[in-house]
Parts: sequence; structure tokens; C-alpha cells
Amino acid sequence: MIIELGHFALILAFCMAVIQCVIPLIGAERGDVGWMNVARPCALIQAALIIFSFAALMYAFVTSDFSVVSVVENSHSAKPMLYKISGVWGNHEGSMVLWVLILSVFGAMVALFGTALAPSFKARVLGVQGALGAAFLLFIITTSNPFRRVFPAPVDGNGLNPLLQDPGLAFHPPFLYLGYVGFSVTFAFAVAALLEGQVNASWARWVRPWTLGAWAALTVGIALGSYWAYYELGWGGWWFWDPVENASLMPWLAGTALLHSSVVTEKRGVLKSWSILLAILAFSLSLLGTFLVRSGVLTSVHAFAVDPRRGIFVLLILAVFVGGSLTLYALRAPLLKADSFFAPISREGGLVLNNLLLTVAAATVLIGTLYPLILEGVDGGPITVGPPFFNMTFGPLMVALLVIMPFGPMLAWKRADLLGAAQRLWWAGLLAAVTVLTVLTIVRQGPYLAALGIGLGVWLICGAIAEWTSRIKLFSEKTSRAWARARNLPRSAYGTALGHAGMGVLVLGITGVSAWRVEKIEALAPGQSMNVAGYNFQLESIAKVQGPNYWANRAVVQVTQGENHVVTLYPEKRSYPVAGMATTEAAIYTHWISDLYVVLGDRQGTPESGAWAVRVYRNPLVDFIWIGAIIMALGGMISLSDRRLRIGLPARRRVVPPSAPLPAE
Amino acid sequence: MNRKRRRIALLVSSLVVLAVAVVLVLTALQDTIVFFYSPSDLQKKNVAIDTPIRLGGLIQTGSVVKQDNNVIEFTVTDGAASVNVHYKGIVPDLFREGQGIVAEGYLKSAHEFVADTILAKHDENYMPREVADALKKSGHWQGESKAP
Repeated sequence: MIIELGHFALILAFCMAVIQCVIPLIGAERGDVGWMNVARPCALIQAALIIFSFAALMYAFVTSDFSVVSVVENSHSAKPMLYKISGVWGNHEGSMVLWVLILSVFGAMVALFGTALAPSFKARVLGVQGALGAAFLLFIITTSNPFRRVFPAPVDGNGLNPLLQDPGLAFHPPFLYLGYVGFSVTFAFAVAALLEGQVNASWARWVRPWTLGAWAALTVGIALGSYWAYYELGWGGWWFWDPVENASLMPWLAGTALLHSSVVTEKRGVLKSWSILLAILAFSLSLLGTFLVRSGVLTSVHAFAVDPRRGIFVLLILAVFVGGSLTLYALRAPLLKADSFFAPISREGGLVLNNLLLTVAAATVLIGTLYPLILEGVDGGPITVGPPFFNMTFGPLMVALLVIMPFGPMLAWKRADLLGAAQRLWWAGLLAAVTVLTVLTIVRQGPYLAALGIGLGVWLICGAIAEWTSRIKLFSEKTSRAWARARNLPRSAYGTALGHAGMGVLVLGITGVSAWRVEKIEALAPGQSMNVAGYNFQLESIAKVQGPNYWANRAVVQVTQGENHVVTLYPEKRSYPVAGMATTEAAIYTHWISDLYVVLGDRQGTPESGAWAVRVYRNPLVDFIWIGAIIMALGGMISLSDRRLRIGLPARRRVVPPSAPLPAE
Repeated sequence: MNRKRRRIALLVSSLVVLAVAVVLVLTALQDTIVFFYSPSDLQKKNVAIDTPIRLGGLIQTGSVVKQDNNVIEFTVTDGAASVNVHYKGIVPDLFREGQGIVAEGYLKSAHEFVADTILAKHDENYMPREVADALKKSGHWQGESKAP
């Protein structure tokens, strides 16, 4: 009964979404306030219906209702509760319901908190959101209904793919979707602004928090996915330039560009049409990612759908929204006039360069991802565009971006003094240079580029610190005054510094693991040992153990360094009888700043020899990659909490003038 | 500097970045693309020895020989032709006879392939798309899967 109600609620939500799209848009065009006001209740009811529907689906998974097809296909009664819940979005149908759930909740938030928006503008934003909701709800109802029943109901389910039964992956899709769908709000704002024909500072002030939130969530989502790949797939790698990974990287790059350009639009009233275009692109790339992953064009662990109807449907949604918004952009963008001008050497100029490099980098990722598909389409034969391609194209562009990054926040608006910025950065540059020389002379092994990479990381981190110290005038004024300044510094300034420093930490991690990773494979019988990078790994024993829904061969590996015992590791090779598949559970121990990573392979040679393949990695600095990403996301969240970005503030400020002048930025 | 010159400066710098990107992309595409072949392709086309390629097909039943030192030898077939593969390392979890795989490596001679990587595939129904297409071409395709 609850299942049918959930299904019914989804259909009602679709009807609501259609009304939310059509009536307010017509109302806004005609200037009819009554019609415009329809948007708010529609958005709220739609969100309530979808929340109910999602709860119904979750109920089916939690109670293991095997009369529902998607539960049968993706759940099992013996599965731990966390994975019963994450199983809701661990499959195609459920993940699409999660998508529309987030979309409708965001729509409801705009409806609830958007009291300061002009009525016609708000109606248009919600109308566009309604159109998106309607399209995706129709997609779910017609091609991927999660509430389909099966009769007779099987006794038990097929279980979730064991690789997906992992805490990291349980939360990876929701964060990713928060990011993707968060960009739908900026998209709706962009399209509404084009319909209105004007963009002002309050537009950018609205778009910034949504971009920040979406960007931070996407950062966490990508980091979780990468961390999952690192410890669950057992290859010791953290990024594979897999098309599905690229699909999430592209909106991130466009979102990062939007994050920066919307600042310029808010503060200086320039780059308006560019910010609009970026808002459209960020969401279009999110949709493209959905299409690539959901259509079955790409084969991957994430690609659930193999039904061609679904691919065509998502392609249609993509064509309508991307094509429509870009056409609108072409028609309306010339109307947007800049409020001021800037010299090439200025904060604005720096941000333009940042945007240029980010979007071009996103374009190279797009080419690398789509080229094999296009070549196959014109019958050029199946090919692979692998990591070397991205290292050669994406790499140099990113390095250029990172080298100039610390200069950006040091430049003044409108017209800046490059020499002055360089003077405030001299010690960061000096430290970076000293680091490069130190790495070159002390470490000696590894490529020269590695030293430069470490230097770049130090440059970014010190650059971020230099920005902070120069803002609070730490060394040029009395310390007590500097601390007072530090307390009054807007949170968005801390956000910038953290974001940039996080990037530096990330660069250190990438460089470390790419340049100095050590890998060794050997066949070991119990009692034998191998030496890797100064550590001794002894395979003590191997035993069979039973888990909740699997059994495993678990090895006991004693790790020693010289005389000292470091740690005992337990790598496993699990076998999931329900799914009929095996997974590798790598054992990872972080010793100082390196990860020791042990994987148990197959039994080797004759059964009597009792030898097992053991693969050992030492991955230096690898954890910095995810720590860096978390610092970046944290920077985004701190920026988001800046009082100047709080939603609704533009309206209140008009009534109550700020008591104390805000510190100059 | 007046407005017009500012615009030109912006335009020129964008074009420079774009041009650099285009050059990077084109050279990278020339140097780094890896082509995919099925065993019959290898027989028909003259693939240069020692160039990196991808090979895909089914692991012939009864062909897997595990040796000490993690060396493994097996035959990859698409029904019409087959190639011997030599690999040192740990094979993925789903590596077993009859399974479809993709191996990355190079040809040592016309019938001997040395694999650097064997691509791990994610579930028991999963067939690498290139392998499925190759099997369809050679007429040995047996339907989508033996899914439960």
C-alpha cells in the first residue's frame, strides 16, 4: 500500500511540477501577480510529495519488501542496515528519485527564503526549476519506475553490488547530487535573469551562496569517490581519468570558474554575461555527466542503465535544457551591460585569467571524454584516451593556473600593482624555491618535475598565508591591532585562503604519490617476507573468516621497520555468495606521511606450496589529496557562512543600516 | 588604455590560451591514444610489434596456467582467432576462465601478447563493451548475460 502511495505521490509531484513551470512563467510574462504566486505553493507541495515518495521507497528497502523489483535487484535481507538504506540510491531508479528529491527541496528553499526577490524574477526561477523537475519526474515515471512490483515476490533479493557496500560510497552519491543539483538553482537563476533581461549585484549575491554550497558538496563528493576507489578497488590509485570521474570533474571546474566570476559580477558589475554563461555551462555539464553515466554509453561500475530508451530520454532532456538555455543566452546576453571597467592587471583581470584557464581545462577534459565516443560513432574503431592524454593537456593548464593563483587575491580591484603584489609574496616564493632545491638535493630520486610539484604546493600554501598576513597587516602594524583585524576579517576571506591552501595540500599529495610511490608484488608462503622501501612485510598466516554476508581469506601481515614493529595488517579477499563475486579489501596503515597499502592476491602455484600473491605499495603523501580536498570544501562552507552572503540579507540591509562599517576588503 | 584596447587585450589573451590548449590536445591525441583490437583484428590487420594496444576477448577455458612468481599465461579468444597472453602481476578479482577481459600491453610476436595491465571489471554479468562488440562481429555472441 505504501509503495503504491509513493508511486502515486511521484505522479502527483509531476503534475505539480508542470503547473509550477507553466503558470508562473506565463504570469511573469504578463505581469500577473496572482499567476506568479502559484509558484510558491507548487514548489512546497512538490517537495512534500517527493519527500513522501522517497520515504516510501526507503521503507521498502529497510523492511526488505521483495515484491518491489528494485528492492529485489539491489537488496538482500542479510545486508547490514546502512547498506539497505544506501541501497535506495545505489541503483538507477532510486538514484534518480534522490536527484529529484534534492531538486525539489532546493526549489522549496528558494520559494521559502526568496522573499527578497522581485516577484517576477522569483516566479521565473521557480518556473525553470519546475520545468527541470517535470522533465526528470517524467523520466522516472515512464522509463525507470522504482516502485514496480513483481509477482510472485521472490524469497530474497540479489543484494547490492559488494563493491558498493562501503561507507564511503554510501555517502558519495548524495554529495555528488547535492553538487550537481545545486547548480540547477544557479542555472534557474541564470535563465530567469536572461528572461528578465537584467543582472545586478543582488543577482550575483543570490547566485554566490548556491554556487558555493554546490561546489563544496561536489568537492566532498568527488573526494569521497576518489578515496573509495583508492581503498576499495585495491589498485592503489586514486584517480583513473575514467569517463565517469571526468563527468564529475567537469562541472566542478565550471563551478569553480563560476564561483570566481560571480564575485566579480557582485562586486564590480562586470562579466555579467560570462557569469550567466558559466552558470548554464556548470549545470549543462552536470546534465551531460548524468547522461554519460545513466545512458549506458559508457560502461563502468556506476553505469546502471543499459536501457536505450533511458539514454534517449536523458539526451532529450539535455538537448532541450542546454539547447534552450544557450539559445536564450545568444538572444538576450547582448542586453547585459557592464557597470564598470577594469585594467588588465587588476583583481578582475586575474579572475578572468582564472576563468579562462579553468574553462579551457574543462574543455580538454570534455574532449578527452567524448573523443572515443565520437570516433567510434564515425567508425574510427574503438580507442582509449587514457591518463597520458590528460597529463599532457589538463596538467600544463592547471600548473599555469596554480602558479598565478596566489597573485589573484593580492591584486586590487579595478587597477592593481603587480610589483606590489609580488613584494607581499616574496617570502612565499623564496620558501617555494628553497623547497625545490632541498627536494632536489636531499631526496634525489624521482623526476625533477616532482621537486617543482612540491615547490608549487608550498607556493600555494605560503601564498594563502601571505594573503592572510597582509590583509591583517600582521608584520607591518602592532600585533594586537593585527589580531583585531583578523577577528573582523570577513569569513569569505578566510574561505578564499583555506580554499587556496587546500589546493596546495592537494598538489603536495598528488606530487608525492605520483613521484615516489613504490610497488612490489611477490608470492609469499606463510612465514616468508618481503622488503619494500625499508619496511619488512611478513606474511604470518592466512585464515578463513566469516562476515555478515560474505566469507573471506584474511591474511595476517606483520610490518616492521628495522627492529621496530610498525603494525599488523589484515588484508582480505572477500567472497559474496549472494552476488557471486569477490572483492579485495586492501589493508592500509598511515605511517608518518606515507600509506602502507597491502593487497592479498590469488593463491599461487601448486596448493601444496601454500603461496599467495601479495602486493605492497608505499604511497607517500597520498592522504594529503583528500585532506586538501576537505580543506577546500571547508573553505567553501566558511565562505558560505559569511554574513554578507546570508540569504535575504540584501532586503534587511535596506531597512537596518549596518551599525559598524564592514572591514575593507 | 582605452576600452577598445582592453577588449583586444582580453581577446588576444583568450586566443593565446585557447591556441596553447588546442596544440596540447592535438599533440596528446596523436601520441597517447591506445587502439583496441580483438584477436581476429590482430590476425587481419598488421599491428606493429611493441606499440601499446588493448586486447579484448574471452579467456579460453582450460588455457590458464599459473606459474610461480605471479606469472600467469592464458589464451584470449573471440571464437575466430586467439592470442597467447603473458602477464606478471595480480589478476583482478573477476579473472576466471570464460570471462571477458581487456588487457593493455604490446605484441611481442604475431601470436604473443605481453600484458602490462589486466583491467578489472566490476560484476559477474559485466562484459567489456569492446569485447561484446568484437564477439558480435565474430559471431560468437551468446546474449546479454546469464544473469539470475
